[in-house]
Amino acid sequence: MDKVIIAENLSLSYKEFETIISKASFSIDAGSFVFITGASGSGKSTLLKSFYGAIEPRAGGLMVGGVKMNRISTSRLNFLRRHIGIVFQDYKLIKEWTIEKNVMLPLIISGYTKEVSGPQVQKLLGHVKLIHQAGKYPPELSGGEQQRVAMARALAHNPILILADEPTGNLDEYSSQVIWNLLEGANTQLKTTIVVVTHHIPSSITIPYKHFHIEMGNIHEIS
Amino acid sequence: MKSLKNHISLIIALFTVLFSVQIYVAVDRTIEAYENRLKNDYSIIVVSHKALTPAEFKAMDSLIERSESIATDQVLERLKGEMTKKNLDLLKLTLPKFYRLYLSRFPTPQEISKLQKRLEKHSAIERVEGYAQTHDTVYKLMLLFKDVVQIFSIAIAAVTSLLILKEMRLWQFQHADRMSIMALFGAPVWLRSAVLFRLAIVDAIIATIVLCLAFFLIEQYGWMDLLLRTVGISIELFDFINDGVRSLLIALGVSIVLTLTIVIGNEEEE
Repeated sequence: MDKVIIAENLSLSYKEFETIISKASFSIDAGSFVFITGASGSGKSTLLKSFYGAIEPRAGGLMVGGVKMNRISTSRLNFLRRHIGIVFQDYKLIKEWTIEKNVMLPLIISGYTKEVSGPQVQKLLGHVKLIHQAGKYPPELSGGEQQRVAMARALAHNPILILADEPTGNLDEYSSQVIWNLLEGANTQLKTTIVVVTHHIPSSITIPYKHFHIEMGNIHEIS
Repeated sequence: MKSLKNHISLIIALFTVLFSVQIYVAVDRTIEAYENRLKNDYSIIVVSHKALTPAEFKAMDSLIERSESIATDQVLERLKGEMTKKNLDLLKLTLPKFYRLYLSRFPTPQEISKLQKRLEKHSAIERVEGYAQTHDTVYKLMLLFKDVVQIFSIAIAAVTSLLILKEMRLWQFQHADRMSIMALFGAPVWLRSAVLFRLAIVDAIIATIVLCLAFFLIEQYGWMDLLLRTVGISIELFDFINDGVRSLLIALGVSIVLTLTIVIGNEEEE
């Protein structure tokens, strides 16, 4: 099975003498669903950041989608990010843009014309049940709705990998369930690799998944 | 409202740069027109004991455009009553030839001095009067005026460029969220900064339109034209096609270069 992420003796830190992740070795298979858990400040978000190049490995090796993340060039990083979908706890939607344009963002960046991206965006907005909100702006939507927009955006360009950082951290139970269903659907129907950083794995998850737990800078594979 | 305020700040700054450049151009045109007027009024007087042709004068220096002989008849006419005809004829024979030399352009004091020396070397020429002192004062005053305007324009351009840079930094902070979200999805730097470039280009166009309007009003009002006519000069203060296009190119150039400075600076910081 192909590996989407391979880490070998990976160490991550923000400051020189403050190691957050220490010599971690693990891999994530293509098409798998992975949870990364850990206490607050354990370094799970930092690990996720290293997957999309927001932080560079201090030592060891890290490959994401076949791209070496050590000393990665800006153009290579941009190329990689165009094949990744990211979902954040605080949604990170562009406030001045309509919901439709927000979902279109990855397609705009990939250079698709409106004729091509328009139907795709309509389909995704229908999928996340927000087609009637397409012309609205993010502040006009509830938290749950904004996260559904962020999910639609993450799926828009058919990414090989979706990285989600506490995607339901700010949501109520109903909205959280909608998001988990969307992530499960992307994994089962589109075979997209999903990596989710969270405090707790929801009991409602019905598909097989892999679970990594971070403690004291070390990564343990639980299941 | 806040956004409008930001736009106005940049438009005013760009307008100031364009206005100072246009004032410099107008001063240059005024001086050129004045030099032309001086050139037409200015001539060198040459006294020669032998008749010289215009071709001979032209061969002496390329600066000499044309020459004309100064008639002595009027002077001799005045002496008619005081001298006998014989003496008058003798005087007419011995009287040197006077010439007025016109130049192809308004010369520098150094050029006058060189020309004077060259003319004096000619065996037939006895005396040359270049009125160097009067010429020198006028010329130096003109150069001083030109230099003052130039320094003033450069100072304005430098100060307003710094203001524009500051304004663009503000824009960058305002759009920082949008730019960082776009970066997360792999947008190249030019696409992330497209909003800054778009704002800069729009404001450059608006600043040029405002400049055109300002000069249109100045020309309509006519006080500047009246002022110039009193010193015998008539120039086009603002050529709406050539100056308009040049101003637009300057505004676009300044705003795009400064936006690039901000964008590249920010990329290095990242």
